[in-house]
Amino acid sequence: MWREARLVASKDLRIELRSRVGLGQVAPFAVLVLVLFGFALSGDTRTLRTYTGGLFWVTVLFSAVLAIQRAFSIESADGNRDALRMSGMEPAAIFLGKAAALVLQLLALEVVLGAAVLILYDPDLDSPGLIAATALVATVGVAAAGTIYGVLAAGLRVRETILPILLLPVLAPVLIGATRAFDDALGAAAVDGWNWLGLLALAASIYVAFGALAFGVLLEDS
Amino acid sequence: MNTVKTDSAASTVTDPVGSTSSRGTRVLGALSLVGIAFLIPLAFWWSPADSDQRDLVRIMYVHVPSAWLAYAAFTITAVGSAMYLWKRSLWWDLVAASAAEIGVLFCAIALFTGSIWGRPTWGTYWEWTDVRIVTTLVLLLMYIGYLALRRVAADPHQRSQRAAIVGLIGVLNIPIVRFSVDWWANRTLHQKATVQVGDTQIDGLMLFTLMFSLVVSTVLFAWMLVHRFRIAWLEEQVEAHGLEAALADRRAEAERGVDRAVGGAVS
Repeated sequence: MWREARLVASKDLRIELRSRVGLGQVAPFAVLVLVLFGFALSGDTRTLRTYTGGLFWVTVLFSAVLAIQRAFSIESADGNRDALRMSGMEPAAIFLGKAAALVLQLLALEVVLGAAVLILYDPDLDSPGLIAATALVATVGVAAAGTIYGVLAAGLRVRETILPILLLPVLAPVLIGATRAFDDALGAAAVDGWNWLGLLALAASIYVAFGALAFGVLLEDS
Repeated sequence: MNTVKTDSAASTVTDPVGSTSSRGTRVLGALSLVGIAFLIPLAFWWSPADSDQRDLVRIMYVHVPSAWLAYAAFTITAVGSAMYLWKRSLWWDLVAASAAEIGVLFCAIALFTGSIWGRPTWGTYWEWTDVRIVTTLVLLLMYIGYLALRRVAADPHQRSQRAAIVGLIGVLNIPIVRFSVDWWANRTLHQKATVQVGDTQIDGLMLFTLMFSLVVSTVLFAWMLVHRFRIAWLEEQVEAHGLEAALADRRAEAERGVDRAVGGAVS
């Protein structure tokens, strides 16, 4: 199963490496959103520094919607889903592979975004370890939920509009948790970030488990 | 109860001009009407005003039942979704869908009445530190998404399957949302109000009015759910039979056309 998951993940990443849509379009979009937040908040350094965590994660969620759409529209265009089904691989392995590929793409995006945030918003890095752990766990949650909804919406004509309305409310707790953990790590609020990391881990594991169980049903019908 | 509903739904299908009502629903409908007719004077005049909140307390008789119905409806949607994935029966899928629609309606009413009550009481329409209203709003948005997904044209089986998955993950997510918002907001205004209501200090007639409003709204909900379900069921039948009927029509038309053509050639 792990081998199959790795195969699927490497296939998705290879497509991404060759087309460079993530790097060429999604990452610039994410940086653009950060700049727009700067304008919306009058470029006030204090405000930006206080809300760096929240702005960062909202940007990640918006960019994740684009990345997920992209990842699944390639598949449905060429009828790749049927090929995956016929490959005889376990649905859970396909799910894990696709989610893992998405995790790596989103993490790469977050590195770019993080660098932009450091320059544009100038936050204090109190606890880099907490930042790294939060980014990893929250991204697993986003990618797992995103893979479930991505494959669900992929076959629909209205996929561009239906995906965010389905995905974003479900990810509300991830946004809250990741923002609070970042607030702690950036010294913006007196909260216990590691507790929030626990909540994020719980959410992520629920999405991963649900996706691994339900992916067979999702693949078969759309 | 299951079989009754299915049977009556099926029987209305065989009768194309039949309505979605049956004796059972007429009783439910009449009960809700009588209940509402009794509830209005009870809520507005007969029950006393609260010592602190004055007449504001009366909005509780709409707000609390709406919130209760919303949560009950979403629970039914969850059960319907799970049962659909297990049994693969359209019946459960349509129950889930009908309940979700009514749930969204009452969820919106609950949030709306809550915020117009909040304005004079808390001094603000929206209170971010209140766990329940924030959680309920997220819930409302989740189920609006669910309904949007249902409205997307697709093969019925596919549509049901997707909707069931979304319905289930939504429910699994409720405790996480609830918990995260709770932790995030930390202080709540709402709890106090509930404790007050739960206290024995509440006036007897007030408590009766509240309980009565819950009963009436539950009957109304049952009435709405049965009707909504039957409409959904009929819609499915129309879709299934529509194609066959259209084919038969075309064929008949074509045959008539052939007859005419043959007749013309002979004469």
